[in-house]
Amino acid sequence: MKLYESEAKEIFSGYGIPIPKGAVFDNPETAEEFAVKPGKYVIKAQVLAGGRGKAGGVRIAQNPAEVKQFSQIILGMSIKGNTVRKVLVEEYRKPEKEMYLGITIDRNSRSPVIIASPEGGVDIEETARKTAYKIHREHINPLTGVHLYQSRALAAILDRENAGVISKIIQKLYSLFVEKDCTLAEINPLAVTDDGVFALDAKMVIDDNALFRQDFRQEISGSPEAEARKHGMSYVGLEGNIGCIVNGAGLAMAVLDMVKHYGGEPANFMDVRAGANAEQVRTAMGIVLSNKNVKAIVVDIFGGITKCDEVARGIVDVIAGIGVPLVARLTGTNEAEGRAILEEHGIIMASTTEEAAKAVVGLVHTYN
Amino acid sequence: MSILITKDTRVVVQGITGSVGSFQTGEMIKFGTNIAGGVTPGKGGTVIHGVPVFNSVKEAMEGVQPDASVIFVPPGFAADAIFEAADAGIGLLVCITEGMPVHDMMRVYAYLDKTSTRLIGPNCPGITSPGESKIGIMPNPIHSHGNVGIVSRSGTLTYEIIDILSKNGIGQSTSVGIGGDPVIGTSFVDILEMFENDPGTDIVVLVGEIGGSAEEDSIGFIKEMSKPVIGYIVGVSAPPGKTMGHAGAIVSTGSGTALDKIAAFQNAGIVVAKSPADIVAQVNNNLLKVD
Repeated sequence: MKLYESEAKEIFSGYGIPIPKGAVFDNPETAEEFAVKPGKYVIKAQVLAGGRGKAGGVRIAQNPAEVKQFSQIILGMSIKGNTVRKVLVEEYRKPEKEMYLGITIDRNSRSPVIIASPEGGVDIEETARKTAYKIHREHINPLTGVHLYQSRALAAILDRENAGVISKIIQKLYSLFVEKDCTLAEINPLAVTDDGVFALDAKMVIDDNALFRQDFRQEISGSPEAEARKHGMSYVGLEGNIGCIVNGAGLAMAVLDMVKHYGGEPANFMDVRAGANAEQVRTAMGIVLSNKNVKAIVVDIFGGITKCDEVARGIVDVIAGIGVPLVARLTGTNEAEGRAILEEHGIIMASTTEEAAKAVVGLVHTYN
Repeated sequence: MSILITKDTRVVVQGITGSVGSFQTGEMIKFGTNIAGGVTPGKGGTVIHGVPVFNSVKEAMEGVQPDASVIFVPPGFAADAIFEAADAGIGLLVCITEGMPVHDMMRVYAYLDKTSTRLIGPNCPGITSPGESKIGIMPNPIHSHGNVGIVSRSGTLTYEIIDILSKNGIGQSTSVGIGGDPVIGTSFVDILEMFENDPGTDIVVLVGEIGGSAEEDSIGFIKEMSKPVIGYIVGVSAPPGKTMGHAGAIVSTGSGTALDKIAAFQNAGIVVAKSPADIVAQVNNNLLKVD
């Protein structure tokens, strides 16, 4: 789960990482009330999409009056399909030097890695590509955490003059990275200003598997992704028109690939997980059909703990009202019972995943 | 022959009294697994499926001397269960649990690295050696004994492949699901090495997916192997930045795509199958060469 910049900064601040004074607003009037002190302010759209600066979601106000004006412009703006509902207004700190500091998980070494570069800011990806030697990586033993010698060395690379402060920031960032179960904790830029070192931006991604022991805001429900997760399933929306319902993530990816292979475009990834019963299949159908682009559905179940007759019952319960054709492939536990139920209702059946993919692509092409 | 487990492997089940643990213990016994006992704190002294339940792995170790443990405990307790089993001196752990926090798993990996305990998983279906033993949750009826080794990051997709191979008369020496999480205990290379040294395995099927570089990392070893390896890699349709069901199945900042992995395999001269049915065809091609 990604956190908003303002949420991440609140956590940073709790760990003693210096951030500019600021607050979050959902209307321009209260934003203006915050900006009483004369001076410059920065107004930042709070969205989870990247590239908001380039989209006009970050503006610098020269005075408090402009805070209201810019907040008005940014609130309601759409950035990569996300409507801006909140802005973060902060006292402006002019960066004399912009650095990069991030901690993530290195899957190869199976350990946290601290990434640091004396050249940060919006062009960090460019720096990584063109001048890779300016990006420093330090692997951390997860049993010991970051040693002082490690943070000291990285800090010296970032900015020798402020190495003491930066070393402490690295230690604090590592603490929150572990304690908040982050898969990413990033400061870009970490800036040297005339007022000291500040985290001018903050990014945190929390391990979804650890949300049970963390105390973060509830996910905003309503999206098909959130709806699926609520029911213990996994959904990812895609661009195409063939709805896919499968048990198991690997098999689900295989079905998507085969649909594509036969010239179709999947509308979604949907893993109903092991042990899906009729009720879950009905819910899954509802979620997949909430995407109005769906012109046909393929269901592919490999029954182990999942019972084919349960899945078949779930399908026939809703099939009458769905208005799009469906191909089902059920194999494994209680296969014969499942197939009999589907047969009774005239549902198209396939005996292999390939056949099912081919058949559903054929249906879409015939009906359109 | 087989790798990792045989008829004689004595297995304890951590979380044996839970609904999944209990059901799967029954299935393993039906398959022929030598289940020696179970562990559930507070349930010591009871009996389930005809085997004794212990309060701790240490007690189980003293009571029934297991060689392996299979772990069915909730995600928040999985790391502790692994530490407990490793500290008790069990050599092989299979962690079925899905949803373990990655920070827990990094600590587990670093810890086990200094011990002789091997961990398969987490978030995996386990190990099956037809005619020998099964540790995990793969459905019993799909397997048949033969000379094809399978190693996979997936669950149901692995069943699908085992099933289609069996239906086409191709048996397996051992099928191993190494798990779908970003940090797992045992890599493709570890298992490939065992298959290479196993006289009962003539061909290996490697089932990979998007995310990380485990597939690419295995190429060097595959090229050294005397036995043919057939790859199958899924997730071509996965958009960047989205987790496709498995916590580890995610394309991040452009790396770990299925097409890159397929291309890397093909460039190294490794055959990549297009579908489960194509795996059957490719295995048959290679079996002709083996015989």
